[in-house]
Amino acid sequence: MSTDTVVRLPDQSTARIPKVNFITKENGLLSWLLTGDHKRIATLYLISITFFFAIGGALAGLIRLELLTPQSDLMSTDTYNKVFSMHGIIMVFLFLVPSIPATLGNFLMPLMIGAKDLALPKINLLSWYLYVIAGFMILYSMMTGGVDTGWTFTVPLSTHYVNTNVITTGLAIFVAGFSSVFTGLNFIVTIHKMRAPGMTWFRLPLFVWSNYAASILMVLGTPVLAITLVLVILERAFGIGVFDPAKGGDPILFQHLFWFYSHPAVYIMILPGMGVISEVISTFSRKRVFGYTAVAFSSVAIAVFAFFVWEHHMFIMGVSNYSTLVFSLLTMLVAVPSAIKIFNWSFTLYKGSITFETPMLYSFGFMGLFTIGGLTGVFLASTGTDIHLTETYFIVAHFHFVMVGGMLMAFLSGIHFWWPKWTGRMYPEKISQLAALITFIGFNLTFFPQFILGMLGMPRRYAAYPPEFQVLNVFSTAGATILGIGYLLPILYLTWSLKYGEIAGDNPWQATGLEWQIQSPPLTENFPEIPIVDYEAYDYEWLERKEKEVTRVG
Amino acid sequence: MEHQVDTTSFAMWLFLVTEIMFFGGLFCSYLIFRNWYYPAFVAASHQLSIKEGTANTAVLIVSSFTMPMGVWCAETRRKGALVLCLCLTFVLGLVFLGIKYDEYHEKYEKHHVPSWHYSTKAFTDPASDPEVHKAYPDDKPLPLDMARHTEVYFGLYFAMTGMHALHMIIGISILGFMIFRARAGAYTNGHVTFVNNFGLYWHFVDIVWIFLYPLLYLISRHA
Amino acid sequence: MSVHNDSHAMQPHGGTGHDHDANEQDVHDSLNHIVSPVVYITIAGILLVMTAVTAAVSFVDLGVFNAVVALFIACFKASLVVLFFMHVKYSSKLTKLTLFSGLFLFGVLIALTLSDYTTRAWGRW
Repeated sequence: MSTDTVVRLPDQSTARIPKVNFITKENGLLSWLLTGDHKRIATLYLISITFFFAIGGALAGLIRLELLTPQSDLMSTDTYNKVFSMHGIIMVFLFLVPSIPATLGNFLMPLMIGAKDLALPKINLLSWYLYVIAGFMILYSMMTGGVDTGWTFTVPLSTHYVNTNVITTGLAIFVAGFSSVFTGLNFIVTIHKMRAPGMTWFRLPLFVWSNYAASILMVLGTPVLAITLVLVILERAFGIGVFDPAKGGDPILFQHLFWFYSHPAVYIMILPGMGVISEVISTFSRKRVFGYTAVAFSSVAIAVFAFFVWEHHMFIMGVSNYSTLVFSLLTMLVAVPSAIKIFNWSFTLYKGSITFETPMLYSFGFMGLFTIGGLTGVFLASTGTDIHLTETYFIVAHFHFVMVGGMLMAFLSGIHFWWPKWTGRMYPEKISQLAALITFIGFNLTFFPQFILGMLGMPRRYAAYPPEFQVLNVFSTAGATILGIGYLLPILYLTWSLKYGEIAGDNPWQATGLEWQIQSPPLTENFPEIPIVDYEAYDYEWLERKEKEVTRVG
Repeated sequence: MEHQVDTTSFAMWLFLVTEIMFFGGLFCSYLIFRNWYYPAFVAASHQLSIKEGTANTAVLIVSSFTMPMGVWCAETRRKGALVLCLCLTFVLGLVFLGIKYDEYHEKYEKHHVPSWHYSTKAFTDPASDPEVHKAYPDDKPLPLDMARHTEVYFGLYFAMTGMHALHMIIGISILGFMIFRARAGAYTNGHVTFVNNFGLYWHFVDIVWIFLYPLLYLISRHA
Repeated sequence: MSVHNDSHAMQPHGGTGHDHDANEQDVHDSLNHIVSPVVYITIAGILLVMTAVTAAVSFVDLGVFNAVVALFIACFKASLVVLFFMHVKYSSKLTKLTLFSGLFLFGVLIALTLSDYTTRAWGRW
């Protein structure tokens, strides 16, 4: 019966790109700009996100160039402040937060649950437009002077002491926040209401679980950022006094409200990446994910606990010692679900038939680098060590390990893994493996020295530093150059592959999952008929048995 | 059809949850400053007109009645009554905004708008404000630093009621659109989802006011 | 788990040719319940009365309990609006859970932020 339809394994050598697919269905710019098709919107997002990533990356390059020498000689300190602030703002709000949910999530969510589209396609398009508007506002802000408060907009610096574009940038992030909320809202409604018959919660791919958890964070957390930005703008424009010590306001209140969102934000960034890793590791070890339920529940646990830990960003700011105790404990607890995932992925690999395609290389990179980043997070969770390490390069290294070594690698892993499904073409394997290796080496060379710099006491957000730190900074900049090459290569060869890549066929990885049962690229309506699901996720054992029986399927 | 109702209602509820968190930040700020500067908050809240505040509360409650009545009319396919209910809600919303405008105007004239020639005179010297002084003769003059904290109260007052009023304006605009569509019969042919979901939004805005009213107006009115 | 094969995706409103329920006289809530106007009038009346009560109580000196009573009445009024005007009483578990999660998180924001503010004055250990 339907057990025959678990995985189709069409012959790749005779694969052709289907004439009718979501890309060829309609032509013309307006058919893309006014589309409701989640796959087209995902493509639009992919292009815009890559654009802003390039700008953020260029700003990072400028930072590293400046830090080659101990003096502030490449640019003035004011300019340097603007460069790292814009780098942070663009990377966090215009790249990391939307990256996987808006691109891979948008593309894959309906495919993975067996639906024809998301629940609210017009809202999905609105999300993209809000993102683009936010992006333009930030570009405008950059070109007219930027902000120099750091991406954290600390008050009263941002409200009373700088004369840069705080209000414009604040409004831009407010708009970007709405984009994020609408994406999350769409995902939650879709997952609850539009699963195919038989697709129970515990048959969902773990990518869906992770995005669901991230969507909860998006929906519940982002509004607090929105109101915080509103208050900053009101304080700056109208002097309402809530953050102004002279009027009796409390700058720490700003930090409470800001970090109430910004801590869950980091989990918004990482959870979808973890979802990708679950998918990739199971496919390339030919094994079901070990402890499916544990991984699924740990995603939700991370989402819940994420809201309880924000004060660990404020340990040195003048909060009460007793509250630091509470938050320190809660922060240690939130590390547990993440660790559970790493263990489960490791056990998935154990006794699996592992192959080393590019997505798998990036996933290995993720597991190692995210672990290091996460463990250093535990150093920071402990108040005693945090007061020495905070506001130094240790923090910078910590979050780059989890965000770049973790999230960005997961993003690249996912892009490569689903590229054949998205475009119908394979990326070039050898050069992409090389790029993955270059990225890994460049990343470690860039950011590992920064842990040491932080321990030695180099403060973050400084253009000038004591000369004894120069050697490590030079290593870091050298690594950044290599890293830049590592990121440039995928942009080049993926674009190349659109025309010259090998034709992929429906299921080049022989993976389980509904998205691999349909043509590449998919039809606009995804499934010719709604699938009926009566099997568990990641049924690779079935596949192994079947492989011996299946003959060529056309 | 039912599935469609479910889906969009669920989406609207999720949106309302985001609004809870949005206003939540403001309420959190209010809570902290009221704790810190209680005397200033008391004195400043005496400057608000309890008549207008209570009237506004009553107006919103009645509009929160006419709105679900509109939903009922849509569900039972009474087109004329639906249009009437929507129009009443619309008018009540405008009345609310009108009273609010009057209050804001009064604040502006009395120099109680933060940073806009803000004056603490009414708090350091209660006798200088005869209207309020008559109502609250036992209000003592505040020391200067506490009097200056009234500016934070008014900052929060304008931020919270302003944000609420913005939501009202958006709601009233959508109501205008709905009246137009309702007259064309768009909601009395079985498709009540839009009216229903708007009703949820409208009630939420009412609930925010239900909390703003005691927190801003009724801090301590006893003699 | 219902399945819809329409390629016309879910939209909040539409006056177009969907006539699945042309035979139904009345359209119902997600749980097939139309609330009668009598309920609405009663609740509206209670709300107006409670408004008057809360205004009156603020003129009485109850010390710190003024705030408690005022918030209690406000929560009561809000509950009535939520349960009856917003139909949560007749809604699915999912709706109730969604609302609860929002309120819970609001509570977390307040409680944990206050954990800092109220313990600052306790000094260093």
